[in-house]
Amino acid sequence: MVSTRYDLNAIYVIVAREFIKFVRERGRLISTLARPLLWLFLVGGGISRMVSPDIGIPYMQFIFPGIIGMTILFSSIFSSISIICDKEFGFMKEMLVAPVSRFSIVIGKALSGTVVSTIQALIIVLLFPVIGLKLGIMQIMFILCISIILSFCLSALGILIATFYENLESFSVIMNFIVMPMFFLSGAMYPVKLLPHILSFLTKINPLTYGIDALKYMIFPEKKLLTHDFPLSLDIAVIVIASAVFVSIAAMVFERRK
Amino acid sequence: MPIITVENLTRKFGNITAVDSISFDIEKGSIFGFLGPNGAGKTTTINILCTLLSPTSGRASIDGHDCMKESSVVRKSIGIVFQDNTLDKELTAYENLLFHSYLYNVPKNEREKRIDDALNFVGLYERKSEPVKRFSGGMKRRLEVARAIIHQPKVLFLDEPTLGLDPQSRTNLWEFISGLPKKQDVTIFMTTHYMEEAEICNKIAIIDKGKIIVQGSPDELKKMVGGDVIYLKTNDNAKAVDEIKKALDLNAEEKNGEIFISVSKGDACIPKIINTLADMVISVRLQRPTLNDVFLKLTGKSIRPEAISGGDELKESIRSYRKKFERG
Repeated sequence: MVSTRYDLNAIYVIVAREFIKFVRERGRLISTLARPLLWLFLVGGGISRMVSPDIGIPYMQFIFPGIIGMTILFSSIFSSISIICDKEFGFMKEMLVAPVSRFSIVIGKALSGTVVSTIQALIIVLLFPVIGLKLGIMQIMFILCISIILSFCLSALGILIATFYENLESFSVIMNFIVMPMFFLSGAMYPVKLLPHILSFLTKINPLTYGIDALKYMIFPEKKLLTHDFPLSLDIAVIVIASAVFVSIAAMVFERRK
Repeated sequence: MPIITVENLTRKFGNITAVDSISFDIEKGSIFGFLGPNGAGKTTTINILCTLLSPTSGRASIDGHDCMKESSVVRKSIGIVFQDNTLDKELTAYENLLFHSYLYNVPKNEREKRIDDALNFVGLYERKSEPVKRFSGGMKRRLEVARAIIHQPKVLFLDEPTLGLDPQSRTNLWEFISGLPKKQDVTIFMTTHYMEEAEICNKIAIIDKGKIIVQGSPDELKKMVGGDVIYLKTNDNAKAVDEIKKALDLNAEEKNGEIFISVSKGDACIPKIINTLADMVISVRLQRPTLNDVFLKLTGKSIRPEAISGGDELKESIRSYRKKFERG
């Protein structure tokens, strides 16, 4: 049924295509990096004048894991949304008539998002000295690992979202009704614990919450009080399981012949 | 043995029957033309044969493999040029072909050669490193053909390959397509609504409102609407008519200062007529029946897209249905 050679080739070439396009379109890199930088320095910098968390770290440092999560969220979702462009500009058909499984197309797209968004996350992570944080090499390696699985998870979610939309006009809908709420309800800007019940429920079904929680764990290993909310093992388990669920549903939706 | 077999194929979108119980066979190495106005069901048929769409009922097979049950085998043996462009415009010509050769598992040591050959074949080798967005419509089409033959398919589908091209590119592309079966050892299935383009086909099926109304070779179809007509102008029409009737035993009549002669093979007749009439001939005009005449006769309307408004509406509604189904 699935011939491995075809599928591995397909996954490789789908990732390679996305990577080539990512490297060529410098504008895209700059604009996706601009957003987290604006939030970190303009929003974070401003608010930290007004608020000082009672956990002994400046607000700008407190939101740093959230900003990494934001970078991953936006670049993963937007990378996956290229599927909508592929549909609109016809390239999707080239992949759909090829002798490769739908599953490998989904995996290929998810891995493309993972590569692109991990690179961007790493660029943001390396800004840590600018805001006065101290991170060891091991910490950075762990942050990188979390970034990879979180990127994969959110890319898979992006693919799932993209399967339901046909054209680029849906972009702003996805942006305003999925991506922005996901960001605010993730504990990126404030601890999840402080939220009222309804909102707190929404944060718990948001995979980004667990990613940012894991990043907080890595970045502030000694200040556990208000920073992270769940055990690290739960964070990782949720991200991995959510990835598997998103990928399988997306593959199923793709597979279903019209 | 035919390479494509279609039996009683039907596809419905909601309560619209886009393809209505069609059947046909296509011989290996031939060019098959699928003709009809917009919205007649051509693209739906192609989508079923390309395994993108499943039929409501009926069967379709390519090279002995069922398009539904053995879709992955079928996919390996077909190449497709869709109606809408499906190239990645940000990538170069070479990269588009490389992407394709990975998807179709072209052996590593053959990739470069096949890509170069295909680019040479369509005359785009010099521009291989240019992004596709800089290409003209005709070049993009040719690049798509190059891409579709890289994995050496047995059947090549061309869905309205000349749509949106200027007349010169159309002629070029057409010459190029007619040479394909011999050069690439491939069978061609193409759709068009330009009747004159279908002249190069070995076999034609005309489809209207989802039903095949006639099939056969272009000559067979044209015979249905009668033979050729030769129009003559001479310096003595009455005498010329007599001569033609006497010497050649042809049915000639004078009308509006012109002689018109109905014959079966007009091109072969002209030399005889001129020989017979010697110096009397001022001008000769040959009118042959076109496939459009065939369509006109069978359906009572012209196939020209601008003449068919109902077809467009149907196409629109099929498109919106298709979208609905694609979305799931």
